[in-house]
Amino acid sequence: MSLTQGMAAKKLLGYYQNKADQDARDAKARGELVCWSASVAPSEFCVTMGIAMIYPETHAAGIGARKGAIDMLDVATRKGYNIDCCSYGRVNMGYMECLKEAAITGRKPEVLVNSPAADVPLPDLVITCNNICNTLLKWYENLAAELDIPCIVIDVPFNHTMPIPEYAKAYIADQFRNAISQLEVICGRPFDWKKFKEVKDQTQRSVYHWNRIADMAKYKPSPLNGFDLFNYMALIVACRSLDYAEITFKAFADELEANLKAGVYAFKGAEKTRFQWEGIAVWPHLGHTFKTTKNLGAIMTGTAYPDLWNLEYDANDESLHSMAEAYTKIYINTCLSNKVDVLLKIMEKGQIDGTIYHLNRSCKLMSFLNVETAEIIKGVNGKPYVSFDGDQTDPNVFSPAQYETRVQALVEMMEANLAAE
Amino acid sequence: MSKVEAILSQLKEVAANPKKAMDDYKAETGKGAVGIMPIYAPEEMVHATGYLPMGIWGAQGKQISKARTYLPAFACSIMQQVMELQCEGAYDELAAVLFSVPCDTLKCLSQKWKGANADKVIVFTHPQNRGLEAANKFLVTEYELVKAQLEAYLGVKITNAALENSIAIYNENRAVMREFVKVAADYPQVISAVDRHAVFKARQFMLKEKHTALVKELIAEVKAMPVQPWDGKKVVVTGIMLEPNQVLEIFDEFKLAIVDDDLAQESRQIRVDVLDGEEGPLYRMAKAWQQMYGCSVATDTKKGRGKMLINKVAQTEADAVIVAMMKFCDPEEWDYPVYYREFEEKGIKNLMIEVDQEVTSFEQVKTRLQSFVEML
Repeated sequence: MSLTQGMAAKKLLGYYQNKADQDARDAKARGELVCWSASVAPSEFCVTMGIAMIYPETHAAGIGARKGAIDMLDVATRKGYNIDCCSYGRVNMGYMECLKEAAITGRKPEVLVNSPAADVPLPDLVITCNNICNTLLKWYENLAAELDIPCIVIDVPFNHTMPIPEYAKAYIADQFRNAISQLEVICGRPFDWKKFKEVKDQTQRSVYHWNRIADMAKYKPSPLNGFDLFNYMALIVACRSLDYAEITFKAFADELEANLKAGVYAFKGAEKTRFQWEGIAVWPHLGHTFKTTKNLGAIMTGTAYPDLWNLEYDANDESLHSMAEAYTKIYINTCLSNKVDVLLKIMEKGQIDGTIYHLNRSCKLMSFLNVETAEIIKGVNGKPYVSFDGDQTDPNVFSPAQYETRVQALVEMMEANLAAE
Repeated sequence: MSKVEAILSQLKEVAANPKKAMDDYKAETGKGAVGIMPIYAPEEMVHATGYLPMGIWGAQGKQISKARTYLPAFACSIMQQVMELQCEGAYDELAAVLFSVPCDTLKCLSQKWKGANADKVIVFTHPQNRGLEAANKFLVTEYELVKAQLEAYLGVKITNAALENSIAIYNENRAVMREFVKVAADYPQVISAVDRHAVFKARQFMLKEKHTALVKELIAEVKAMPVQPWDGKKVVVTGIMLEPNQVLEIFDEFKLAIVDDDLAQESRQIRVDVLDGEEGPLYRMAKAWQQMYGCSVATDTKKGRGKMLINKVAQTEADAVIVAMMKFCDPEEWDYPVYYREFEEKGIKNLMIEVDQEVTSFEQVKTRLQSFVEML
């Protein structure tokens, strides 16, 4: 009997998160390669090559959630990183600098000893993809330069016109083949195309069950508390090409389906209004952002952010154009009209009454079109919205009082609209 | 007024009055202008239509008010100004706007033009995996689409012959400007920091052949003079841009000669040419992007910018590098820690000053530059 058989989804989540980090530590100890990867960079190539993967954005979010961001941000500031740079990036550069110092001196700096950060090893290579921002190009350039290691780039050009044109898919697919060649050189062995197919299939199974979970929010009342997607996200990021994600997501989706059948809903009988969350989570204040809405009976039943990993493609497509399309169609990598369409569909499916926009100090791409997006959407479906100032990992930017006031205002508007219907 | 002063005065006039430059061009040719958003665009294509390419690099000292509705305070200073000017209708007369999206801010801005010509914004994406032939192919297709849109909006067919002619004119202008950079370094007594910037800035609002002719004349006049020893200090500047004139006047006041630059608004625009070759013009223009280097928005996993700047310091015997950091420009801010470390390792003195286009008081910059000069 396997160790995880019969384990509840929540336990599986913790188990596999730790296991993924342990895999990387074990690989390092055996002298095998470890890769640091951007969160929506294709994982399939490195996993096919048996390279252990670490995801700095998830790692940084974890540090933020465990209230350890400030120390790492301070290290980055001392190295010359401006506070304007993305806080995920700064936390990670701070952490990397600590690991580097430990590797050079043989002694862990005190800030690292005292950090709640999950212990992960330094990378031997990095892979990045700009489908969620060009900051990931700059950040990974710096990792490669400071550690003097190879950097694999998958450039997915901004889709100013939709649908995705064939010439863009061809360019991305060529880069996939180039990445494979780079990996063959780095690993000193040929790419295993048979295993690659298995890894693609595995990835699709993980994505399938991930989508099953998100799909549960369409029911009213909802068996899914949308904030749980933020918790489970760690595995769709870090383990989607392993069975860790599939096992966990299947268990969670099954639990939710059973709850739905049994009439057990996320907020029991207290669901009054349903909202969309637009933007990255505020990791250091995740509990507060959730409880504030919950206390008002507002449940999150739609968000495009975890949907970034809805990476459905045809695993049999040897041209890799289908896979290229999946990795480039991320809504923030597309024109405003497409972004609006994506959010409108999420709102319709989730039977949503209003939207909370996170004006994220760290994420220009997920902030600078908020005004236009919100106004167009309101013009189409008439649903109210509010915006609050926050940051994904820098705890100092978020004001609990401002957030509470804005959420209260939204809930009042949503309730008034429902009462008028 | 000497010949040198007369030419500089003419270029300064253009640099300070882009609207007049555009109106004069319209009156003279009957054709309009096309806006060119930073940082890189296939401007040669616009030139080939007979329209005047007009650089859009913000404004100085304009208080941000209308743009606040559309952009949070942490958007870069230059785009705040551009947005404010859009809201005021300053760009409404442009027949089209060419918009590249090499950073996250520009991606967003490309989707929210507020001017009357919002339906004439031509967006294209530079590929970032620049070493690959596939990137060139991708960019050729993007350029084909840019060309088709320009033709549609302007009602002008862009022939290969016209494009080749424009490429030659641009290559000559870039070569002449590279020579000008050296001349300005040799003659800081004649070409001040303010003058130097005006020569660069004017090329954004003039036909390049006219600009080339004036700069060639300027170079000939200056080079006829004897080179004098410079009793001030020499610096290389890097960043997006170094404005306004009040800041450059501080450089002149403290005898800080700008002997080379890596400014996006200045030398990065003239760094690489469109090479000759058997291939078509669009392909060769795409190749120029592949050959670009040392820029924060042109991905470089080898991170060569610091080494390039260190070489510039060596070649020009500069005393220091001054970093003109555009406020809230994260691509530039990400480059800084790496080249800063490299400068420190090589013992290259350096100072970072912040460029904020909204600011109208420069006492802080003055104090910082003054103490830095004393240290050199």
